[in-house]
Amino acid sequence: MSQTIRLTLKIWRQKGPADPGRFETVAVDGVSTDMSFLEMLDVVNEKRILEGGEPIAFDHDCREGICGSCGAVVNGRPHGHLRGTTLCQLHMRHFRDGDTIVIEPFRARAFPVIKDLVVDRSALDRLIQAGGYVSVNTGSAPEANTLPVPPDRAERAMDAAACIGCGACVAACPNASAMLFTSAKVSHLALLPQGRPEAARRVLAMVRAMDACGFGNCSNHRECEMTCPKEISIVHIARLNREALKAGFLSPEA
Amino acid sequence: MGWLVSLLGSSVGKKWMMAVTGFAFLGFLAAHFAGNLTVFGGRESFNGYAQKLQSLGPILHLFRAGLIACALVHITTGLLLFLQNRRARPVGYQVAASAGGRTLSSRTMPYTGLLILAFVVFHLFHFTFVPPAPLTIFDRVAAAFRRPELVALYTAMMVVVALHVRHGFWSAFQTIGAHHPKYMPWIFALSLAAAFATAIGFGSLPILVAALV
Repeated sequence: MSQTIRLTLKIWRQKGPADPGRFETVAVDGVSTDMSFLEMLDVVNEKRILEGGEPIAFDHDCREGICGSCGAVVNGRPHGHLRGTTLCQLHMRHFRDGDTIVIEPFRARAFPVIKDLVVDRSALDRLIQAGGYVSVNTGSAPEANTLPVPPDRAERAMDAAACIGCGACVAACPNASAMLFTSAKVSHLALLPQGRPEAARRVLAMVRAMDACGFGNCSNHRECEMTCPKEISIVHIARLNREALKAGFLSPEA
Repeated sequence: MGWLVSLLGSSVGKKWMMAVTGFAFLGFLAAHFAGNLTVFGGRESFNGYAQKLQSLGPILHLFRAGLIACALVHITTGLLLFLQNRRARPVGYQVAASAGGRTLSSRTMPYTGLLILAFVVFHLFHFTFVPPAPLTIFDRVAAAFRRPELVALYTAMMVVVALHVRHGFWSAFQTIGAHHPKYMPWIFALSLAAAFATAIGFGSLPILVAALV
């Protein structure tokens, strides 16, 4: 049964990167519990636009939890309090009538705020550019059985490849570290034969890029894996550490 | 040489140094604990242990130098990591919330670490850098733990060490990449066991000495 609830939103408003920003309190009435969190923000914005106000800027795209565009910190939790869920898939039935909801952008030195809840996550793109790929010759695809991949290994690689690059791990980490994101990429490719030839170069380059972007260091708080909408495990962080040890001390790569 | 500096200077390299030196301290704690047990053998047993340690001469100095080197690396790297991590989020959150990953132990690591440093300095001047005569080490320990405030300080500090061990132990394995579905549950359990062993094993010692000696 659909109900409506009344909410008080405390939303971070920031006109641009140079604006110091502030919280704005917005009272919202008649929020259907069937709405998603972003639909609730849409309703707030539509009302604002009709009234001639400035809508709240937030990132979104697919709204089905697979693109990695959305994400804000809701009551201190990136993507909200529901486990394994992106913000677009968080529904208002998980809130109670009369709740106050504090909505903030992802906070990290490497993720500067562009406007309101929109942050610049291009640091994650720089990490991918540093090594989150495999180099293959174009042309006809090789015969599938020339590269055997055991199913359990494929599954583990797939667990890491589930990363949608939303950056919630960085936002959730007390140190604003990008280790879960980076390790998901390193692990995904290190587990597959296609990724092995560049594994040593990849892990060292990605760690270097991660440090250059100004992310913090991993302290094994595990907030990232608890927050990740794809529930990516810190097992991958251990694999990154292992791959980096091997690459750093045993490979000719520097 | 340049490759080594940049490798150990990277974020993962700094964590490896924390892990390896941390393992060394865990080894030291185990040895220190075994040595402490001789106090229950009485005056001769404990003084004998202390004399045996001293008679090791160059070996003792080698171990001490190793521990000091580990301490320097652990402390400077730890402080550097702490400062870098603070810098990585210049603007904090209005609402501080946890998804359930952080523990009392994990969130207090830098602070318990600094407390332990202060305690170790005090402890060394209290029992180690002291003349062997006229008071023997047994007399000093027995006298110290007749004072309730010192019993309280030592016991409380052992709880602080236990908190540091609780997160440090499993964390060190994770950092060097030793995370395996078969062994990780054991490592987590051992981490908790090591913390309790530290708190109870070391922490009860001043109380027992006060009661028995």
